[in-house]
Amino acid sequence: MTTPDDFELEATGLVRAYVITKGRGLPDDAQLSLITLVTAAPGQEQRPLRLSPEEQRLLDICSAGYLTVAELAGHTGLPLGVVRIILAGLTEGGHVITRPPVPRARQADREILQEVLNGLQHKFG
Amino acid sequence: MVSNTSSADSPTGTALDATHYVQGGETQTAVKILVVGHFAVGKTTFIGSISEIEPLSTEETMTRAAEAVDDLKGVQGKTTTTVAMDFGRLTISERVVLYMFGTPGQLRFVQMWEDMARGALGALILVDPERLADSFPVIDLIEQYGLDYAIAVNHFDGNPDRTEAALREALDLLDDTPVVTCDARDEQSSAAALTTLVRYLLDRASQ
Repeated sequence: MTTPDDFELEATGLVRAYVITKGRGLPDDAQLSLITLVTAAPGQEQRPLRLSPEEQRLLDICSAGYLTVAELAGHTGLPLGVVRIILAGLTEGGHVITRPPVPRARQADREILQEVLNGLQHKFG
Repeated sequence: MVSNTSSADSPTGTALDATHYVQGGETQTAVKILVVGHFAVGKTTFIGSISEIEPLSTEETMTRAAEAVDDLKGVQGKTTTTVAMDFGRLTISERVVLYMFGTPGQLRFVQMWEDMARGALGALILVDPERLADSFPVIDLIEQYGLDYAIAVNHFDGNPDRTEAALREALDLLDDTPVVTCDARDEQSSAAALTTLVRYLLDRASQ
């Protein structure tokens, strides 16, 4: 059943993706976008013992500051879909806080673009 | 990447080094710009030249969303492969942190493209003047997603005879689409290309 190809395709070492995610499906895209900021909820010193190693790992990394969903995937080497699913579970359990990016709006875009332009010119100008 | 020594305030000692985290993350707004182009055009080099962090790479399944879900649930018999997406970060101010995402422009990576394009401010399309035809599908995709873009011509040194006008015609660009030359290895040059894009995006948003 298992060929060497399987391991390359799954790209998560020896554990299949659905084992890590406990069979859960992908959560709502908007809540856990690539640039949604994530951090551990306050009071995570006492953690439930039932967390999987991957949940534990993500929570550990989140404990010292904010990172985006994409950065969490990059640092852990887990596929994005897997990270999203684990984070959805951790959010439901109250272990992490997520801050999705602000929805696009014309006025907000102008302000943000102006700030990005000013910032780039300040840094590199 | 993972530091086991400098994380005294982490309960288990497996947090990352402090420099990896988003400064002022509790108040920051994260925004993103796509840096796209065909294979080996210099996307990762470009991102690396202006990113404040070592560019990270992550992967996404190269299938439609439904198939990816099936695979994660353990449905057997589906073939999925993965493709890398590189990205970097630049803290703009206390309010805005900019992410730059780069990935090859193949249409079959649909799921990844939807992820990347959703909510993006715009796109910088890196172009190699020696391989213009390879850029057509990338430009098509960016237009399909309705993103405003600027063209940055990388590897320009060896091709001084190809004028901007010829390039505009070959790529069938609108008159107001910015075209800049850049050396993706050079921080200032990459930043100038990015600045050109952002100025153009601001003009478009103000119209």
